[in-house]
Amino acid sequence: MTMTVHVDIVSAEKEIFSGLAEMVFAPAELGEVGISPRHAPLITRLNAGEVRVKVTDKESYPFFISGGILEVQPHLVTILADTAIRAKDIDEAAALEAKARAEEALLDQSGKIDYESAHAELIQAIMKLRTLDRLRKRGE
Amino acid sequence: MAVGKEIRTKISSIKNTQKITRAMEMVAASKMRKTKDRMQATRPYAKKIGQIIKHLAHANPEYKHPFLVQRDVKRVGLIVISSDRGLCGGLNSNLFRKTLLQLMQWDKENIEVDVCTMGTKAVGFFSNLRKVNLTGQVCKLGDTPHLSDIVGIIKIMLDAYQKNKIDELYVVSNEFVNTMTQKPTVEKLLPILAGEIENGLSSGHWDYIYEPDAKEMLEHLLTRYIESIVYQGLVENNACEQAARMVAMKSASDNAGNLIKELQLIYNKARQAAITQEISEIVAGAAAV
Repeated sequence: MTMTVHVDIVSAEKEIFSGLAEMVFAPAELGEVGISPRHAPLITRLNAGEVRVKVTDKESYPFFISGGILEVQPHLVTILADTAIRAKDIDEAAALEAKARAEEALLDQSGKIDYESAHAELIQAIMKLRTLDRLRKRGE
Repeated sequence: MAVGKEIRTKISSIKNTQKITRAMEMVAASKMRKTKDRMQATRPYAKKIGQIIKHLAHANPEYKHPFLVQRDVKRVGLIVISSDRGLCGGLNSNLFRKTLLQLMQWDKENIEVDVCTMGTKAVGFFSNLRKVNLTGQVCKLGDTPHLSDIVGIIKIMLDAYQKNKIDELYVVSNEFVNTMTQKPTVEKLLPILAGEIENGLSSGHWDYIYEPDAKEMLEHLLTRYIESIVYQGLVENNACEQAARMVAMKSASDNAGNLIKELQLIYNKARQAAITQEISEIVAGAAAV
């Protein structure tokens, strides 16, 4: 039997995923990490991007998170997401629109806009779209 | 008929009051359902982050964050979470009584207190107390409080803690036991001390791998943790407020019903007495003729 690790993903609003998995992939601040069972204890911040929980070879669950914290214990992986949605539930049209809006806001140099928040919004939208792209490539 | 005019106006005024209390009861009931859902929705996150913090307290980091270190207590910080509006039974007064008891105890031990308040009721109460040093307040958070509304007040307290101005931080709020019961509780937020080890946690001497950097990471995580506890307290207090209001308004409506019944009885008796008297007067008059 393959080894599994317990994975909990919660966002500020609700619990998204809880169960056993063979491996978890997450967009850590210093690059994407893959966590196997019995990984050494680790704490890191997460960027916006895709979190993938591989339950078996055939079955895996992709999620989109907008940033958060990852904690790893040998038999327990916890992801505290700021917001999390199942990748399937990403609204592509809304993401595209948000991207366009953010780009427009960034181009507007009149100094009226909040550069930081526009930038963050743009990254969010791009990461959402990228998550969707990957989902399609895997043929799901 | 002139009899019982006063009683009749009184009955109708009580009936009007009853209409108001009944409406408030129903509004509170529907709001309670919503706030209760919100409270339950934020629970998993608060629980998980609490778990992580517990693990963290067991780790042996080379960098000791001030939030995890016990100091001598000379001054404490207190965050009081109350409701914005009244008419919710003894909810706030119970909370303040509990707070006062705690304040008296600190006073005995010569510990000074800084207070931050949330909600109009707490502001009103604590600005009348002379011994208390108010350092911050937020009011009118409404039924759907946002984390961003309370971040400022938490920052005041955390900064004070980091600068050694306060040595412990507490939060006072109502705990939602069930619809009928709300319990005022005092909870210690800082410093965070190691509790019991639970299953699945590596025992012995170990530490996390921190990415990118222990100090930054801990700072971020601990601040998040405090924020999530206070936010949870606020959301829970909101649910308590609605539940307490619902119960208070229900008993007010019931009381009004009883009052009306009694007054109606008195009115009927008075009316009957008047009629009887009139008849006997007529009969007596007829007999005299």
